[in-house]
Amino acid sequence: MPTYQIKVNGASQTVNVSEDTPLLWVLRDHLDLVGTKYGCGIGQCGACTVHVDGVAMRSCSLTPAQVDGKSITTIEGLSENGNHPVQEAWKEVDVPQCGYCQAGQIMTASAFLENNPNPTEEDVKNAMHGNICRCASYTRIRKAVMIAADNMD
Amino acid sequence: MSSNNSHILSRRAFIRNSSLAGGGLVIGFNLFQACKPKVIAEPAIDLSTLDYNDFNAFIKIADNGAVTIFSPNPEIGQGVKTSMPMIIAEELDVAWKDVYVEQGILDTENYTRQVAGGSQSIRQGWDALRQTGAKARHMLVSAAASRWGVDPSECTVSDGVITNAAGETLGYGEVVNEAALLEVPEEVELKHPKDYKIMGKDATNVDIEKITSGKPLFGLDYKADGMVYAAVVRPPSFGHKLVSYDDSEAKGMPGVIDVVTIGEKVRSLLAEDPGFSSKISSSDKVVVIAETTWQAFKAKEAIKATWEEETPMESTEQHDEILTALLDGNDFNTMRSDGNVKKAFAEADQVLERTYESPFLPHNCMEPMNFFANVTEEKVHLAGPIQTPAWKAGLVAKMLGREEKDIHLEMTRMGGGFGRRLYGDFVIEASEISDKIKKPVKVVYTREDDMEDGIYRMAIKYRIKAGVKDGKLTAYHLKEAAVNDNMYGLIPNFFPAGAVENYQVDAASYDSNITTGAWRAPYTNFLAYAEQSFFDELAEMMEVDKIQLRLDLLQNVKGTTDERIQYSPERMEEVIKLAVEKSGWGTKPAGVHQGFVNYYCHNTHVAEVADVEIENGEPVVKKITCVVDCGIVVNPTGALNQIEGGVIDGVGHSMYGELQFKDGKPTSNNFDGYRLIRMKEAPVVETYFVENEHTPTGLGEPTLPPAGGAVANALKAATGNRLYKQPFIKSPELLKVPEKEIIG
Repeated sequence: MPTYQIKVNGASQTVNVSEDTPLLWVLRDHLDLVGTKYGCGIGQCGACTVHVDGVAMRSCSLTPAQVDGKSITTIEGLSENGNHPVQEAWKEVDVPQCGYCQAGQIMTASAFLENNPNPTEEDVKNAMHGNICRCASYTRIRKAVMIAADNMD
Repeated sequence: MSSNNSHILSRRAFIRNSSLAGGGLVIGFNLFQACKPKVIAEPAIDLSTLDYNDFNAFIKIADNGAVTIFSPNPEIGQGVKTSMPMIIAEELDVAWKDVYVEQGILDTENYTRQVAGGSQSIRQGWDALRQTGAKARHMLVSAAASRWGVDPSECTVSDGVITNAAGETLGYGEVVNEAALLEVPEEVELKHPKDYKIMGKDATNVDIEKITSGKPLFGLDYKADGMVYAAVVRPPSFGHKLVSYDDSEAKGMPGVIDVVTIGEKVRSLLAEDPGFSSKISSSDKVVVIAETTWQAFKAKEAIKATWEEETPMESTEQHDEILTALLDGNDFNTMRSDGNVKKAFAEADQVLERTYESPFLPHNCMEPMNFFANVTEEKVHLAGPIQTPAWKAGLVAKMLGREEKDIHLEMTRMGGGFGRRLYGDFVIEASEISDKIKKPVKVVYTREDDMEDGIYRMAIKYRIKAGVKDGKLTAYHLKEAAVNDNMYGLIPNFFPAGAVENYQVDAASYDSNITTGAWRAPYTNFLAYAEQSFFDELAEMMEVDKIQLRLDLLQNVKGTTDERIQYSPERMEEVIKLAVEKSGWGTKPAGVHQGFVNYYCHNTHVAEVADVEIENGEPVVKKITCVVDCGIVVNPTGALNQIEGGVIDGVGHSMYGELQFKDGKPTSNNFDGYRLIRMKEAPVVETYFVENEHTPTGLGEPTLPPAGGAVANALKAATGNRLYKQPFIKSPELLKVPEKEIIG
């Protein structure tokens, strides 16, 4: 099997996986980073969102070759102590119900705010529209992203 | 502990009394030893009737005063892992910040009704959870009082510190070892709600740190030494049976350890327990065992299986015809009958009859079904997301010919349940696989497996007929035609039962080979919309005010002695009036179209008002005002989260939710072909609680059913069109807004 060099949460990793193995499963099964979640496998739900060189991407739809040599951030590496402003806002608002989709929501929101520090509520709705929350905690997600935006200033 | 105390302990109700690593004791109470757990043969039939009195809980107090409370019930996102321990902590009188919460394991000896379903965890646990905390407090205070040589009544407690009249203090941790030796009191006095320090205040989800930082919590995150992964090739359609398969390509793929078949043990289980046959296919299935999830998924695609038709392949079109024929026919089971509807219709001045239709729905939990099993000679270790752990442990024991005590089941947090995880067909599968391959294994469904091999909300049609005589509603006849199973329990006695002199509920069903079961707020998730749409139309026909019609009907129920009527007309009146006030009903500017619903289910009274506005020529659900009477609100932030989620889920599924079948198979199997509500479609939800001191009820379900009705009634106001069929999006011609509304 081919070997790939990827940088995950600041650490260089060598992985031997078949070329069609989605980054999602490299993270979950090979690197034991299970915070990134499997939801649909076809880039429709956003549960597997990670940052690739700072851009929010669906890890279920990325091959190892596409991320070879790139820098990947997962929920586990978003902040050292789980205290990124988006994570803090999630706690303040008490967003989760089941919690399964929330890592993907947080990764989408944090990448979005990096480039859009002063979003309107409409901007937030558009940015978060690709992430499904089956428990429908949408009103709280919206609120938490707005709070995080304020705190990132 | 000295040995001469052991005889005392043995005759007491302690169930745990072991030394902790850090000192201190685990004290547990079997509060209802006399009550044996009920055999749960088929929880899907009526979860609300299960006896919850057999409940008990554990409290662990270390000698440094640290308190751990074990949350007994499965957590599916309904928040009980936070709220159940809050109830214990309140009566235990400790500071919430000092409490550490752990998920209890399945323990049928010491906990009962470890079930997530029917919105019953809080309601049915209320007395036992409070007593658990209060009894522990009583024993801790008695121990301190005895050390001081004072009467316990002279002591007070605050945040786990006991103070006597002289002002001396002892922490719980300092007396826990003595307290654990005391007799467990029969029943102790409980706090008055006005004295609550923990309940009624927001407590953030106890797993918040783990959730927001991506720590392993869910079944899919569960790992064990030597664990392998299994992906299952399932019958491609309902009604198919495996004939043969070719695994030569799959076996040569990377990471593939083995390819086996399962089914034999499931069939032997079904022979013994036929009640489960509507929940799992009896066909053989081909199982790929691999080193990683992805390898198992890939190799599963490479299995070339041949199937044969065992029972006919069904379709949505066919279900549609069958359900209509059932409604038109006479083969009903009468579930409630008051007076004589036939006579009343014959004598009526006006009659209204309408039919409402709903599709199949998958549960679509965000975490696909999965479960871990390790079957060894010594024991059977199971772990994962399951709403009914005791039921599943029992079935696995039966299937494998093991003693129930050999089954060790760990409950993980669940990435949603919505009823799908009541059934645990995946637990059965995982156990049969592990038994066969003699390895620890985790079965993982692909999203496609999850949607194609569901235990769905069945398609249902309701036909409602009302008769009006001299301006009064004199007859009400509800007919249900459903795939597989009909409404159960007290549902036929919900409003307007008791309010109409001649009232009848009839039900008919058709046996399908498609597996169906409970889906968040079973039956009422569609019935509420049908009935509440009907009431609006009835008011229009009678030319009376829509809300006044409902209030007038409630008058007829006051003082009823009918024990089947469990909704309270007074509490219903209150939520209606508060919803009218808070939603600005009837006072909205032109352009805001409102729809009203009041409903009672899962022991909770709810009223909702939907506000629809026209944007870019389309009606849009902008806001839902939701008024809830759930008794005491244990954890306001958790309660609000459930309410908002339930409302938006209700809006989403009535607008978009549908699973069609063709040739025995769903026509969509992932989120590209199945629409779930998303951020931009989610309305604002404004919630108001009725404040009272009634026993708290659960909130996982009751706010969902009314939402569809509120939306339908608001859409009628906006478009002039009445929607008789869910999902609404499938009737685009009825969602068109009249020209004047767009201009106006």
